[in-house]
Amino acid sequence: MAHHDNHMADHSENHSEHIVPVRVYILVFLTLIVMTWVTAFVSTVDLGRLNVFVALSIAIFKASLVILFFMHVKYGARLTKFIVLAGLYWLILLLFIAMVDLWTRGWMGVPGR
Amino acid sequence: MASPTIPHEEVTLRHHFANDEQQKDASTIGMWVFLVTEIMFFGGLFLAYFAYRQAYPAAFASASNKTNLWLGAANTTVLICSSLTMAMAVHSAALGKRKLLVAFLVATLLLGGVFLGVKAYEYHDKWVHHEVPGAHFECEGCVDAGHAPLFFSLYFGMTGLHATHMLVGFVILVILIVQSAKGKYTAKWHTPIEMFGLYWHFVDIVWIFLFPLLYLIDRSKTGLK
Repeated sequence: MAHHDNHMADHSENHSEHIVPVRVYILVFLTLIVMTWVTAFVSTVDLGRLNVFVALSIAIFKASLVILFFMHVKYGARLTKFIVLAGLYWLILLLFIAMVDLWTRGWMGVPGR
Repeated sequence: MASPTIPHEEVTLRHHFANDEQQKDASTIGMWVFLVTEIMFFGGLFLAYFAYRQAYPAAFASASNKTNLWLGAANTTVLICSSLTMAMAVHSAALGKRKLLVAFLVATLLLGGVFLGVKAYEYHDKWVHHEVPGAHFECEGCVDAGHAPLFFSLYFGMTGLHATHMLVGFVILVILIVQSAKGKYTAKWHTPIEMFGLYWHFVDIVWIFLFPLLYLIDRSKTGLK
């Protein structure tokens, strides 16, 4: 860790050159592995309609860990964070608006739908 | 014209940037804008998947049960390992440890190779069982088998596009390994390593969603098989 401290001192003014400690990477890695096998085993339990929500929640949790720590967004510039959130916002618009249409078409009893 | 030899480190800051930090932020933001276009690119396929899954849930469930849960989970594990080695490669570069950087990049390449090897085995398995959509398509014991090709089309389309991204990653990785071995990247400047790391982690994230969506539908019927 001495090396790490020296390096931080060299770049003390440079906040984008944040060095993440190795133990953070290891912890994130172990969590990702455990959650992979948790989601695999949970899928074999019949939770009815909840199965897909559990699977997607775990996937979103895993993806968030990768984005925040492996991709350094947690330590990144505010503009980077803004662009990531803007991208996710557009993805949600794409998926959610289209799916709300498909989910609710049957509700009106319109022939041909 | 004999030009004086300038040490590499001195020319890494381009004249139109105020300082190293601004230069790196510009690269990072540019890379993220590219990744957002990639998110939307894959997003269209995910939308197609969700739309057809809600239209033909029984066909998707029984067709999905044809995938091998163990291979899928093992391959997810391999890809997460390659994300760790990639993160460690960026870490080594930032500390100026050249040999470690090269070693972690090579490890990333090898783990990526294992992933695609397993994927190739799975594709082959689908091929010999006639589970590739087309004239000879069969889905033995499938419910609503007429719509099963929709699942397999999306399976091959989405995993295929993902694998294509990995192949592109391999080419870039080989270039980065050679450049790293030659000492091109230093603690002060190793932006290409970092930007490639973002790309590699993005490809990992796509798989993190593909695994539950393609392999884990209605598994209570098959158990751990």
